[in-house]
Amino acid sequence: MEKIDVITGTTAAAIGAKLANVEVIAAYPITPQSECVEVLAKFIADGEFDAEYIKVESEHSAMAACIGASATGVRTFTATASQGLALMHEMLYIASGMRLPIVMLNTNRALSAPINIWCDHQDSITERDTGWIQIYAKDNQETLDSIIQAYRIAEDEDILLPVMVCIDGFILTHTVEPVSIPDEKKVRDYLGIYEPKHAYLDPDRPITQGPVGVPECYMETRKHIWDAMERAKKVIKRVNEEYYEIFNRRYGNGLVEGYNLENADTVLVAMGSVCGTIRYVIDKLKEKGKNVGLLRIRTYRPFPKEEIKEMLEGVENVGVLDRNVSFGFNMGALGTEMLATLRDKKICNYIVGLGGRDITPSNIEEIIRHLEKCEDVETKWIGLKE
Amino acid sequence: MVTIGAIIYEPGSTVRNKTGSWRTFRPVLNSEKCIKCEICYIFCPEGAIYEDEKGNFKINYDYCKGCLICSKECPTNAITRIREEK
Amino acid sequence: MDKRFPREELFAPGHRGCAGCGASILVRMALKAAGRDVIVVNSTGCLEVFTTPYPETAWRVPWIHTAFECGGAVAAGIERAIKALKKRGKFKDRKITVMPIIGDGGTADIGLQALSGALERGHDMVYIMYDNEAYMNTGVQRSSATPLFASATTAPPGKRSKGEDRPKKDMPMIAAAHGIPYVATACISYPEDLMKKVKKACEIEGPTFIHVLQPCTVGWGYNPEDTIKIGRLAVETGFFPLYEIEHGEFRITYRPPKRKPLKEYIRMQKRYRHLTDEDIEILQKYVDERCKLLGLE
Repeated sequence: MEKIDVITGTTAAAIGAKLANVEVIAAYPITPQSECVEVLAKFIADGEFDAEYIKVESEHSAMAACIGASATGVRTFTATASQGLALMHEMLYIASGMRLPIVMLNTNRALSAPINIWCDHQDSITERDTGWIQIYAKDNQETLDSIIQAYRIAEDEDILLPVMVCIDGFILTHTVEPVSIPDEKKVRDYLGIYEPKHAYLDPDRPITQGPVGVPECYMETRKHIWDAMERAKKVIKRVNEEYYEIFNRRYGNGLVEGYNLENADTVLVAMGSVCGTIRYVIDKLKEKGKNVGLLRIRTYRPFPKEEIKEMLEGVENVGVLDRNVSFGFNMGALGTEMLATLRDKKICNYIVGLGGRDITPSNIEEIIRHLEKCEDVETKWIGLKE
Repeated sequence: MVTIGAIIYEPGSTVRNKTGSWRTFRPVLNSEKCIKCEICYIFCPEGAIYEDEKGNFKINYDYCKGCLICSKECPTNAITRIREEK
Repeated sequence: MDKRFPREELFAPGHRGCAGCGASILVRMALKAAGRDVIVVNSTGCLEVFTTPYPETAWRVPWIHTAFECGGAVAAGIERAIKALKKRGKFKDRKITVMPIIGDGGTADIGLQALSGALERGHDMVYIMYDNEAYMNTGVQRSSATPLFASATTAPPGKRSKGEDRPKKDMPMIAAAHGIPYVATACISYPEDLMKKVKKACEIEGPTFIHVLQPCTVGWGYNPEDTIKIGRLAVETGFFPLYEIEHGEFRITYRPPKRKPLKEYIRMQKRYRHLTDEDIEILQKYVDERCKLLGLE
């Protein structure tokens, strides 16, 4: 039997890391992540958990310390948000380039300036090309489960890529929900101990990690990551099923999750906690006899092109919600990628909820109304003040 | 085949790269004058000076780049220099 | 007969260091002193570049490089990972030395924050700053370790410039201010002194910092054969005093019988060739004052 606790998303992530038996944690506070590393610190202070905890002096060093520890051959964890993730940017490429299965919680928060501590996805979307797998959880239960799954995915020998679990700042980080806590022994049996065959620092087996990638080898290292991303789609689906077998919870097929897609001509595509709001609106409309569907992108990297195509087959109106902006191209990132994925469809892109602007049910209704009227590809800002 | 993460599993594999071809001057060690003080041995940036089984110091010309630190630092002038010829 | 220096070569030949490279000499000495149970961390720089062009490596010990500014943090992660592995029963009863070997730029400039964090948190490591007094890897740009009046490509002499206009940043004293158990200076021209200090640092629990002066033939402008001679002159003139600070106690480890005039050191290097005798006098005064401060007459 799983115990149920009423906890925040950050606590759920911390419990996930504890259950995964991470061995080295690098911690640096930043709103709205801080509670996650505070909870881990308390576990250790209370003797409930015996991980090495490095109180680093910046997020750059947090990622650098995780890289050093992971390259030595242990399971690592860190958490960040926004400016902290941006400061890590350089090291994110190094973690994936060195093929280190680091797992990180990112609590999505807007980027400065002006400084803003509230939710949007600009921080992690900006890191989409770093070679990290990105999972966007919709609630606190999924946050905990995703952290555990992340280790299984990252450490798979076919993958060996770092994983970022993204949760909406404040909306999930500071809201309590009932969360089922998996049995510790079950999780530890499921994940096992991290014993890398490829990357270790051991005087008995001296290897060189992070050499100069001369032009004769650099391109191949990029292709390796590309291929691992492709393989990750299969592994993520498999892990989703394995997890269901053991812990009785799954999230769509691991990559995408549909809601009310059958017979829906109009479908909204979104990531993160806003999917809860969308489902609420969908249910309400259904009562009025109107059929609208939701396709939640759970795994943004690797991007599940095939699944999206399949699940949106025959759908006429596709509305994509983006909590981020690609300045200059003037669309959201998900919008542009959906456009590239579904070349023959009408896709409208909605810029929503930047810097903590609420996305209300009436915003969603407005989107649906606009989408059904709209004739061609268009990007529209929703919830903007005049 | 490039390894995953471009990790190098063969320690000391630069030995394949014979840097002796860089040399313009060749240090020549006269064993009779050598007092085995190990000065040339420790100051060689290449580790190209070694002690043979008989306890004599030798220069490994496969790697010696001809910096001549050994010649300069030898307290008994046991290491002279000659210009390399091709 | 006892060997003066250990014979094991943990740093392989065939690396692409310049003829007469001081950094290579330092690495050979440091690894001979430390032995096999060491994990080396490099930051981006000369040493990393010339020792590891894929698929070759000069290293016969475990080695890692990630980026430029994070050597202290990477080393911290490794140190804690070793602790974690020991909990699993690995490396039982062995002291594995984590040894960042990082240049002056990666230490005194861009990596200062990560280093400070690592020293302050007390990670067990032997941090070696190999100091060639400029960014040699990228073409001799000035670092905060570049000494006063030295020429660098971003501190060139000219009608309105005598080269670098600031004195060298005092890294060992900055390290010492963290209250760490051991700080030392060393120079490759004094191998026994250097190796003794590395060995001592390896045995000490907690963070240790060794600042090693390492002449650079390209950046300083001299014939490769003079690498050791120039290092020796840096010490003999008092330009680079050799000392250690063990548990807060300061001690000069090498006292030149009589300090040589700084001019002998300066005139051997092209990076100082724009200086007049009067300029060298200014430098001499500066060195005299510093020596006095350290008790080196």
